[in-house]
Amino acid sequence: MNFGFTEEQELLRDQVSRFMTEQCPMAKVRELMATDNGFDQGLWQQAADLGWLGLTVPEAYGGLGLGWIDLTVVLEETARGLCPLPIASQAHSVAAILRCGSEVQKSNWLPTMASGEAVFTIGLYDEPNWIDPQAITLEATPSDGGYTVSGTKPFVPHAQAADYLLLAARCADKLGLVALERGQVTISNQPQMDRTKPMGRVTLDNLTVAEENFLPMSEEDLSYLTDIGAVLVTAEMVGAAEAALYMTSDYAKERIQFGKPIGQYQGVKHRLADLYVDVESFKSLLYYAAWAADEAPDELPRAISLAKGYASDAFAELGIDGIGLHGAIGFTAEYDVQLYLKRSKWARPIFGDSDYHLERVATLGGL
Amino acid sequence: MDFDYTPEEQAFREEVRTFLKDNLPPKEARDPGFLKTWLERVREKGWVGFSWPKEFGGGSGGLIEQAILREEMALAKAPPLGTSFMGLAWVGPGIMQYGTQEQKQRFIPDILDSKVTWCTGYSEPNHGSDLAAIQCKAVRDGDHYVVNGQKIWTTGAPFSQWIILLVRTDFDVEVKHQGITCLLVPMDAPGLEVRPIENMAGDRHFAEVFFTDVKVPVENRLGDEGDGWKVTVSALANERSSIGEVTQMFAKLDTLKGLVRNSKKQGRPASEDPKVRRQIAQFEAKIAAMKYNGLRYLTKQIKGEPLSSETSVNKLHRASLEIEMDDFAVELGGTAGVALAGSEEAVDEGSWAKSSLSWPNVVIGGGTPNIQRNIIAERILGQPKD
Repeated sequence: MNFGFTEEQELLRDQVSRFMTEQCPMAKVRELMATDNGFDQGLWQQAADLGWLGLTVPEAYGGLGLGWIDLTVVLEETARGLCPLPIASQAHSVAAILRCGSEVQKSNWLPTMASGEAVFTIGLYDEPNWIDPQAITLEATPSDGGYTVSGTKPFVPHAQAADYLLLAARCADKLGLVALERGQVTISNQPQMDRTKPMGRVTLDNLTVAEENFLPMSEEDLSYLTDIGAVLVTAEMVGAAEAALYMTSDYAKERIQFGKPIGQYQGVKHRLADLYVDVESFKSLLYYAAWAADEAPDELPRAISLAKGYASDAFAELGIDGIGLHGAIGFTAEYDVQLYLKRSKWARPIFGDSDYHLERVATLGGL
Repeated sequence: MDFDYTPEEQAFREEVRTFLKDNLPPKEARDPGFLKTWLERVREKGWVGFSWPKEFGGGSGGLIEQAILREEMALAKAPPLGTSFMGLAWVGPGIMQYGTQEQKQRFIPDILDSKVTWCTGYSEPNHGSDLAAIQCKAVRDGDHYVVNGQKIWTTGAPFSQWIILLVRTDFDVEVKHQGITCLLVPMDAPGLEVRPIENMAGDRHFAEVFFTDVKVPVENRLGDEGDGWKVTVSALANERSSIGEVTQMFAKLDTLKGLVRNSKKQGRPASEDPKVRRQIAQFEAKIAAMKYNGLRYLTKQIKGEPLSSETSVNKLHRASLEIEMDDFAVELGGTAGVALAGSEEAVDEGSWAKSSLSWPNVVIGGGTPNIQRNIIAERILGQPKD
């Protein structure tokens, strides 16, 4: 029984943390936020060279063959500083290819993903507030030796930075992922709150997709990939929430009102304590879910629904309280705490909000 | 990360299960002498004071084995391991840490053998959460102290034989934490009077305790004079694994789900009501969070890293769950939810209604939620003290 990280994982955490401080401080993040794709080739290559992009890629395909729990360590630390690199989307795409791809597809794509040469992203649902196979509406029609795809995928994370996109589509009664190159589609920026999580609106115009670029996806596969997406997002929520909490806590120690630090008032310190309880709690639940993704896949649905069901609302409240406890200065664009509020709002619905996940907990729990 | 147990730990779990199979008959099959036999048997196994050193008669059990023991006991809904909850939780550990050789020999075996029950004389009419401000006074007179004053909310006082008592031996101190002394006093000492207080559930568990010229021999002092605060704090810090509590709360959640399945709201099955389903899932998420928080903290302890005040996290969850789960059940029952035992309409014989009136035992007893919030904010987040 050991619900802690190994020495290697702690070293990895230190490594990522150092990278964030030295290479991707908030000034750099804000610089990237001002660009269309939030991408930086130099940082991306460093992440690849440090092995982070191939963490979950099996060794046979040029990766390190480690687990989701290892990736959790990376994402927690990059999200602490709101790093805009598409590490989560890359890993999510790895999961999709491992789960749904053919041997040829795996050998073609996975090594280039681990090396950082290819940036991948994945878009699952078209309906913005529905986790269900029916929420995939993009249609693929069989045509000569392949498919014709037409339509719009409105919210694809990091689409603007991706070389390849895996887009979920419906072909009659079946589902699949079509793998496309960026040049084949039209991508417009989706204006939205969190500029550290750029999203593209992807339009496909009568596109022909060869069979070799189609990955069949069962409903179970879709459910699994939604759960993995939720693991990745929740891992980032843990790091970001902790950063926002400590930012606010530190401010409460310094800000003097009525002659004493505001953290001395119970109206402030008790709220901070409650936020700490929440962050600790969804962190523990997330660690268990990431462990389950690696070691006990049968338990993944319930485990991740407990974690994201808790985190979605708790982080959103923390985002708001982070601003509220800062007062007017928290409302300024200049102060970083507002960026975390935006992340909390971005993360809340994606791969299922609390209503979706808690309903699933109730069902899986026999109600 | 792994959730595997070593062969030795697994064997220990089997040993506990076998023991329970052999020694814990179903409730209806228990004879009047059951509890006495049970206490003797668990004592023989070394499971009373399981983590206490062997030299004091404990089990010298490790942290994981302790968690396994608690988990299995809770799963089987077994009676407690020993009758003196407070004796085992903090009086015994306090005596082992600060007591004289004579005190250890005199008090520890009786706690382990369930011969005496201890209560705790901390709170006073004007000093509850602000414990260090106590006024109950003890004056040294030769080879004994003379105690005068009052304690209140003393849980278990009506049926305890001994009390661990905090008194003020020095009123001329710079900070209130000084000048406090810890005494061990028999409840039948002349001048000590217990007046039970009825609580809102109709029980008489707690009491006022009055001291009028109560003579306490100096050899009954625990630790040095003026060191009472240190003795108390370190005894209360004797944190235990919360795994047993978590197992009990999961069991309670299962019972609650059963109630939901058998209840109706507005003429429709309550189990179809989205608000009901969401609330049940939120309870589950909180209890699961307690479980995995507890395992993370246990892992830290096993690795030899000192715990800060992280256990206050689970105390806050426990406090809100204690209140909310019963409250939810009572609300679900509608008008019948408030019906008590004796009513033909009472839900589950009024057990939810009864426990919805009993939560302060747990929620206020070991430090109120607001005190836990102070602890987290100050000791973990480093906020300035009030």
